[in-house]
Amino acid sequence: MKVKEIAKILSANILCGEDNHNLEFECAFASDLMSDVLTTQADGMLLLTGLANVQTIRTAEMSDVQGVVIVRNKTVPQEMIDLACESGIVLFECRSSMYKASGLLYQNGLKPLF
Amino acid sequence: MQFEYTIDGGDFTNAGYASSQVKKVLKQLNVDPKLIKRLVVCLYEAEVNIVAHAYSGIIYTDISTDKIVVKLVDKGPGISDINLAMQMGYSTASPEVREMGFGAGMGLPNIKNNADEFNIESVVNQGTTLEIAVYINQQ
Repeated sequence: MKVKEIAKILSANILCGEDNHNLEFECAFASDLMSDVLTTQADGMLLLTGLANVQTIRTAEMSDVQGVVIVRNKTVPQEMIDLACESGIVLFECRSSMYKASGLLYQNGLKPLF
Repeated sequence: MQFEYTIDGGDFTNAGYASSQVKKVLKQLNVDPKLIKRLVVCLYEAEVNIVAHAYSGIIYTDISTDKIVVKLVDKGPGISDINLAMQMGYSTASPEVREMGFGAGMGLPNIKNNADEFNIESVVNQGTTLEIAVYINQQ
């Protein structure tokens, strides 16, 4: 699933990485616990989380996660956006709950990690 | 190739900076991305542990042709029962650490799972030394 498609399905704003047209996500994982994210082993994974701080981006960077969706209409701090841009990570924000955002992406064919 | 990074306890804003720098170096050296991920996940978990639990720490990184060795030496309260600390789900993390998405008692077990060598020593009221290695070109 491509960046623009994810944004459309979730009615999400893209905070950085909008020009990553060819980036394709194969699966998604939803968690507010970064320790859980750090145990994942998958390529092309999108992360959905309500945790809006720089450690979310650091975790994504270490886990080779190239896309992060901040759910629940959280305020995304500028330092988080800056770090995502610097790390080449596509950052989305959306108003939906984690449950709804996950459901919408699943319904549209984005696979679960397990 | 050796690098050294100083870590300040409690500095959550910069937690992960050293791990990020090491990842950049390993990418430049064209190390297998799967190995890089295993190493930096270990390093990042350990770096967050220093920020979360210690007063200060130093990360020593040694990259050679056959393995990457990382030694993290911290000054801090130490770990009184390492076996307990190694148990999945055991944590003494503060609410602040949990707000950052950590402190679920998964860090040390995850480090051990990802490392080819794992050694931890600790002295209460002095600090903890963690040494890990990831092998390059392992068959």
